[in-house]
Amino acid sequence: MNSFLNKNRPLVYCPGCSHEKITTGLDKAFVNLGLDADKIVIVTDIGCSGLFDTFFNVHALHGIHGRALTYASGLKLANPDLNVVVTMGDGGLGIGGAHVLAACRKNLDLTLIILNNFNFGMTGGQYSATTPADAIVGSGFLNQAEIPIDICAIAKSAGATYIDRCSGLDQNLPGKIIKAIQHKGFSLIETLGMCTGRYTKKNNLTPKGIDQIIEDLPEMPGAIEKNQRPEYGERYRALAKERNVFPGAITIEKQIEFKDYQHQEVVILGSAGMRIVTAGEIVCYAGLCAGMNVSMKNDYNITVLRGQSVSEILISPEKIGYPGIESPSVVLALSDEGIQRRKKIFANLKPGTFVLKEKSVDIPETKADVTEIDFKELKIKKQDWALASLGLMAKNENAINKEMLNYALKLRFNEKLYQIALETIEKIFQA
Amino acid sequence: MALSFMEGNEALARGAVAAGCNFFAGYPITPATTIFNSMLKMLPPTGGICIQGEDEIASMGYCIGASMAGKKALTATSGPGISLYSEQISFAIGSEIPLVIADVQRLGPSTGSATRGADSDIQFLRWGSTSGVPVIVLAPKDALDCYVLAVHAFNYAEEFRCPVFIASNKEIGMTSESFDLDSVVLPPIVERKIFSGDSYLPFEAEAKKAPPFLPIGGKTIVRQTSSTHGPDGYITIAPEVIAQNQERLRQKIHSARNRITLFEEDIKENSDTLIISYGVTSRSVEEAVQKLEKKGNPVSTLTLKTLWPVPEELLRKKAKLFKRIVVVEMNLGQYVNEIRQILCDKQVEFYGQMNGVLITPGKIMEVIENE
Repeated sequence: MNSFLNKNRPLVYCPGCSHEKITTGLDKAFVNLGLDADKIVIVTDIGCSGLFDTFFNVHALHGIHGRALTYASGLKLANPDLNVVVTMGDGGLGIGGAHVLAACRKNLDLTLIILNNFNFGMTGGQYSATTPADAIVGSGFLNQAEIPIDICAIAKSAGATYIDRCSGLDQNLPGKIIKAIQHKGFSLIETLGMCTGRYTKKNNLTPKGIDQIIEDLPEMPGAIEKNQRPEYGERYRALAKERNVFPGAITIEKQIEFKDYQHQEVVILGSAGMRIVTAGEIVCYAGLCAGMNVSMKNDYNITVLRGQSVSEILISPEKIGYPGIESPSVVLALSDEGIQRRKKIFANLKPGTFVLKEKSVDIPETKADVTEIDFKELKIKKQDWALASLGLMAKNENAINKEMLNYALKLRFNEKLYQIALETIEKIFQA
Repeated sequence: MALSFMEGNEALARGAVAAGCNFFAGYPITPATTIFNSMLKMLPPTGGICIQGEDEIASMGYCIGASMAGKKALTATSGPGISLYSEQISFAIGSEIPLVIADVQRLGPSTGSATRGADSDIQFLRWGSTSGVPVIVLAPKDALDCYVLAVHAFNYAEEFRCPVFIASNKEIGMTSESFDLDSVVLPPIVERKIFSGDSYLPFEAEAKKAPPFLPIGGKTIVRQTSSTHGPDGYITIAPEVIAQNQERLRQKIHSARNRITLFEEDIKENSDTLIISYGVTSRSVEEAVQKLEKKGNPVSTLTLKTLWPVPEELLRKKAKLFKRIVVVEMNLGQYVNEIRQILCDKQVEFYGQMNGVLITPGKIMEVIENE
């Protein structure tokens, strides 16, 4: 192959635009690398740099402004054999900055060519993230109050493993692109170019001026020694390969025949750190052991280690419809925070509802049957109060019995934790 | 019999894997995060890829790239993430990129409440993209539905080459419940139609159909573009080409709407009232109806599992038999007007609630009893 350029789609850039040289430079690089067209994909976004994909007879994906790297990443992860080249202007760079940073940090084997021509050529020469503060642009005075970014310096600090910078008119551009594509990992080339239609005349920018800008900026050597590390895709695949066990669903056989089991609604009112959710799961497992249907809703704060933790469980011989609590049969009142969260339920509890109240907490007035327990006196730690409460439920045969609880604990815990749980529960059985 | 016990979100992930999903990219957001967690456990052992994007927009971009390379991609988020997905959703719709998007809805507007449920996004999912091309939105009512509808969603995404939404809800996604997983019969898996002719034009399609697919990276050169394109995938300004493509995008889903209609019904011959609902609310409706029947007041129900395209024919057919139609939604009335438009000869009553809690069966009984 001596050219990948599409003869039916001639270049359409303004006379003197650097994009043209970069297009032909990229083509030369592809040719010299001896790549097959079906192993190349050009990913572009919006603006003049977004025309690149149309000029080549290779795979192409043209997407939304600033997002080219995201599509490129998906393509490369899905098909690691592809040579993925992304072109992006300074507009896309500004919009998609987060994606540039992520690409630097990830080090997926993509090549990003940034076509920095200091302004938004297509929309009227407005200022971009790379426009100098003293430039004359289509955004009036606005650029004067900001400073441009040096994307190469940013990429370096973000962990890019290969960074180069040159003029879009640089004679060595094909060679530079070749090296970038050959680099195993994320490579970034910033080309500084002439936007003859919108920018260079107004700002007296010449090819020599661009050379001077590059000379004044820190030199980028290509491979960045301090950032060298394995390519993301290979690293990902190696790590993923170790995860080779598919997690089966938790499926629980009916173990116990429980005749005339009545629909139960259990509410556990506690705080973060009291293992309320675990206790809720154990109640569910206990129900499942008896062949019942169960559902569980938890309510806790986004501050995981603070605040209320409430678990609401339904156990029923019938299929569960409405998954909320309507008429609790068991309420475990273990912390003031949890009680506050559901204080309204107490007034409507029916006589016969089993309310377990830890000695240290206060509950609103209720017609339910309240049993007070002093876990501290029983030398049970706060984190085990919920578990211990299940022991009392089982002892009194409220919603669960001892056999159900025993099965549930066995299913929920490993042997060691099961034995520890049994010790806690035994204290309650003896009390 | 053994019952399985899992969150709706885990069930959705299991359904996706059963459907052949082999790519996930997402960004953590309550109440959808556990879909990501589940996929992260399930995809590596099945040879799939699971990525956390740097943000929601990137996650969608990864999925779009992977889908164009031939993967079956899933992403999951909630309302605030759908807002960010919007530009990529438009891309996927207009450029016919198969994807499944799980929206575990939470109470909006905006950041709203991370851990409070609501069916906030029902109109947003339909119209939150440019151009107004129809989309497919499925609504599960429980964990079992999450499992089954995930497979339907992938099947539709592959067949119609479009993003398909699963409009779940915090109250389904983060509620753990038991169901008989082993006895579920899933629909047969549909794969996207692969092009087999000689000269491939990536968007050349039969009328009312999605174009056959070839992956980026395969032997044949493939073009994909977010711009208005002709069959060859290059920008076009030819009005007749544009019009034909727009019409095809609309028709490929619109003309299949009866086939896409998924629902459940409980029609009682001696009732004159039909309650129409969807999502978790339909569970309260079912329970209310059971209690009403015990009180000698038989009421029928229709539970919609496909919200978009609107199941016009189903609604017309089912509503015909009833004097009174009541729509119940976990919002202040996002879907009822779709139903009113179709049942324009009927008085359609509405009850909605948007306060972060489930509508109780008691409330629905009250609505039905207080005519």
